[in-house]
Amino acid sequence: MSSYRARFLTLGMSAAIVSAMLAACSSGGGGGTSPPPSSSKPILIGASLSLTGDFSADGKAFLRGYKLWVHDVNASGGLLGRKVKLIYLNDRSDTGQVVTNYTTLISTDHVDLTFGPFSSLLTTPASAVAARNGKAFIEGAGGAPSVFTAPANQQAHNVFDVSLPIADEMVPFAKWIASLPASQRPKTAAYPMANDPFADPPVQLTQSMLSKAGIKTVYSHIFPAEVPDYAPAADNVAATHADVVVLGSTDVPTVNAFVKAFQQQHYTPKIFIAAAGPDQGASFTSAVGVGNASGIMVPNAWYGGSPNPESQKMVSEYIKIYHGTPSDINADVAEAYSVGQVAQQAVEHLKSLDNAKIISYLHSGVTLQTVQGPVKFDSLGRNGAATTFIFQWQNGKFVQVLPLGSAGSVPILNPKPAWK
Amino acid sequence: MGTELARAVIDGILGGGIYALMAVGLTLIFGVLDIINIAQGVMVVLGAYLSYALSVHLHLDLFLGLLITVPAMFVIGVIIQVAFIRPLHGSERTSMSLLASYAVAIVIEGVLYLFFGPNFVTLTASYATNSFALLGFRLPLIDLYGFAMAVVLVAALYLLLYRSRFGRSVRATMQDRTAAMLIGVDVNRVAALTYGIGVAVTAVGGMIFGASGGGFNPNSGYDLISRLLAIIILAGLGSIGGALVASVFMLTLESIVDIWQPNWSVAVFYAALVIVLLVRPSGLFGRQAARAQ
Repeated sequence: MSSYRARFLTLGMSAAIVSAMLAACSSGGGGGTSPPPSSSKPILIGASLSLTGDFSADGKAFLRGYKLWVHDVNASGGLLGRKVKLIYLNDRSDTGQVVTNYTTLISTDHVDLTFGPFSSLLTTPASAVAARNGKAFIEGAGGAPSVFTAPANQQAHNVFDVSLPIADEMVPFAKWIASLPASQRPKTAAYPMANDPFADPPVQLTQSMLSKAGIKTVYSHIFPAEVPDYAPAADNVAATHADVVVLGSTDVPTVNAFVKAFQQQHYTPKIFIAAAGPDQGASFTSAVGVGNASGIMVPNAWYGGSPNPESQKMVSEYIKIYHGTPSDINADVAEAYSVGQVAQQAVEHLKSLDNAKIISYLHSGVTLQTVQGPVKFDSLGRNGAATTFIFQWQNGKFVQVLPLGSAGSVPILNPKPAWK
Repeated sequence: MGTELARAVIDGILGGGIYALMAVGLTLIFGVLDIINIAQGVMVVLGAYLSYALSVHLHLDLFLGLLITVPAMFVIGVIIQVAFIRPLHGSERTSMSLLASYAVAIVIEGVLYLFFGPNFVTLTASYATNSFALLGFRLPLIDLYGFAMAVVLVAALYLLLYRSRFGRSVRATMQDRTAAMLIGVDVNRVAALTYGIGVAVTAVGGMIFGASGGGFNPNSGYDLISRLLAIIILAGLGSIGGALVASVFMLTLESIVDIWQPNWSVAVFYAALVIVLLVRPSGLFGRQAARAQ
């Protein structure tokens, strides 16, 4: 009897796990509360998103961006007169699962268009699946050089990143520091970097530029991206008392761990910029505290207060649904929304869902408009029209500070205020 | 260089205390029940979230909150043991327990996503960001408290196991479950209580983990479990005090490597495990009997 119970329980457990996995991988329907457009068969958009795992916070923000776009496009009559339906699968932030998901989306669900996942790490293998199946791969969070130089993309040229190529994203920051008068220019800089294709290239370029400007490197190391504790690396940076910290971070916890360790070590860098994390709106300020966020900078192409009319429309719709303030909105939302906008403009121009035609059109040198600004792709799918801005948290507001004198830029808070 | 090394050793010792708090429940559960609780990492995160909920909604101090979270986690542990672990019998019990605890982990993770969402949160308190100056070094208060809690908890568990009637029943069950039953030990009760205690002490580890790190979300447990397993294997499966020593050893080694090559620190963490096991297959403090179970 006991043995029977054990087997029954084991069977039950297995079923529970399989059910949970299936639930985690379940697809979602298209958004939109407005009545569907006229044509019966919807256009299927397939995307794999990290709804659990290391990138789950970004993945869910991306999902909001995709859903918001689907909602808007359906509310305005759909695409080519047909309703748009988003099918998304959970990749659990796993490079193996993302490949399986896109294979399923293309081979089983027969999606018409594929949209990218979150992170360069997942975009590279995912785009190779799309390339093998002749699909254009429009994405918003795969800006690492390794995404564009991947063999599959070099052959198929199917990747289109609507966001900013990340390698150059800190250039305005490096230029600003180099332009400071010698008396105000920092003397030393530290460059801790998480081992991630997204995080390191901009920091390494910044290091090179600042070294040429005479700023001494006192720390430059890559640390593992997936350790639960960054305190030893952060303590080593604090011990250098560097004037500038350029952190190659991937998410909020990385930045917060450094902030916490710096507080404990009574060390406040005069200038502090992170590759990612501070752009995640309320998620960031709730973790580090509004006071501590002040003065921290991050590169990006978009912020909630952007004067771009399309962005303002998206922001007001987002707030209507999810509440909060423009500064609370994760930049991932705008990146995802822009993916939809680029696909929409291509399909509407071509009046076709033919992916070969879409690839050809997007490589034609056409300039498209998104909530993040203009998009124009080069031969490898990098957005050459993207303008890099540096943003800074100032008294609870996320504001644009660089390039200096650029429309929308406000004075930089320098030096960074002490920790609260 | 001497200063850097000293700081790395301090970081390692204090960090080791935090890991011991998270690992001690895992090794206790293995020692008594002969099962690997894959859900331990998620349990740590659950403990952190319970502290978070009490801190945010009831404005309870994190340490005061332990008066609620520890008993709550004890009850959760007992329920899990009775509902999912106890029914497992036979020669495949240990391997089936992996499946069962994995299922438990998935369910808990799902519930946490449902209630708290995917965004990272952190436990805030003045002592989470303050530090204490000693000989030119600044020692984070939360890490000091964590280390002190680890020492106290390990001592308390030692006293429970070796100086109490319940402890004798536990040790009898650890040595030979059948013989323990024959001499009148209620092994089911011992197993449930031990599992409950193992999960309860994890509440403390979860609180310290949540307050000392950069943030956590429902998925954060998976980054922990492999490290916790490595620690208890190095310590010797079932060794409570060994978990503290192994945690300190592993974290110190990692911190020292971090000075020169941070990217190698994780690899060295596991390489040390392999090397120690080659020399001492039963771990630093393990008994052959424990491994033979």
